Amino acid sequence: MTPGIRRGIAVAALAGLGVALLAACLGLPDFGHPRGPYATEVIPISLHERHVTSVVAAITFDIRGIDTLGEELILFSAAAGATVLLRSQRAEEDAREAIERHHALAERTPAPVRGLGAALAGPLLVLGVYIVAHGQLTPGGGFQGGVVLASAFLLVYAAGHFIRGPVSLVELGEAAGAGAYVLIALGGLVFAGAAMENFLPYGTTGELLSGGTIPVLNVAVGVEVCGAIVLILSELLDQAMLRREDR
Amino acid sequence: MNVAPYAVAAWLLLVGIYGVVTSRHLVHLVLCLAVAQASTYVLLLGIGYRTGGRAPIFFDIPPGTPVVDPVVQALTLTDVVVEATVSAVLLALAVQAHKRFGSADPDRLGELRG
Repeated sequence: MTPGIRRGIAVAALAGLGVALLAACLGLPDFGHPRGPYATEVIPISLHERHVTSVVAAITFDIRGIDTLGEELILFSAAAGATVLLRSQRAEEDAREAIERHHALAERTPAPVRGLGAALAGPLLVLGVYIVAHGQLTPGGGFQGGVVLASAFLLVYAAGHFIRGPVSLVELGEAAGAGAYVLIALGGLVFAGAAMENFLPYGTTGELLSGGTIPVLNVAVGVEVCGAIVLILSELLDQAMLRREDR
Repeated sequence: MNVAPYAVAAWLLLVGIYGVVTSRHLVHLVLCLAVAQASTYVLLLGIGYRTGGRAPIFFDIPPGTPVVDPVVQALTLTDVVVEATVSAVLLALAVQAHKRFGSADPDRLGELRG
């Protein structure tokens, strides 16, 4: 099939799909007036029964807690899958060569870049920990904070430090985060009678240590997300290092 | 009745799929898929938007303040995570395909196999 014919078929099919989608949009709730009853029902549950001021966190880690467990495991297996795919085609000596090449390149990294990377890594780490720790109070949480934490490590990488060494630590962190989430879910089953049920004291709404299991889950997710992202990106960056040799 | 936000979602989906169909590079293809998936974020957040509503965070606003629907926001969070993982695996596959076939053009992958 030539690209021209394919493009023609695609445009015709997408035009049909577009018309159908627009027709479907007319049946959606009027913009600005959500119809679902849950939009208002979950707020008192979150504030008074779960003692959490971020309603999104209460939904993610309590009402849809089991779904989030699935999401965690998707992330875990995707990071493992991407790592296996990228490593399967790389002999160990290649990896060692890549490390040496990276060290050689790191020597040539301009001093301002290294300085900026080193200067920004600390504040970013603090910001990431802050976002993870306040997940049940303000916008943020484990997923968002974990990405910020991962970017701090990648900044160190960009500044010329190789993170291959502690990569087993990264893998361990990723696995520990996923495992901790599963254990907390099981803890609910053991101590409170249902999976993901809260079994820790609620504390005072609005304080840092409040919301029972939710802050603990946020930390578990933060560690896991950080590990997964660092793992995936460092594997992809290693590929870039290996490719450089081919040219 | 205002359908503009939903039309934006539909447009993102169509543009993304068009990009996937006509793509000449695997990385471009993965990014087009991300654009198509971004339509679901717009759709979910559009459905949950309440005119004049605040963010559903009651840390500094009194209970009872009208807020946007928090349920769809939590769903969007899941959606973003899934999109990131799908992209990661697809990019890893793209790297492998390029190594194996020496080309990142989706049209040439099949030719080289035979």
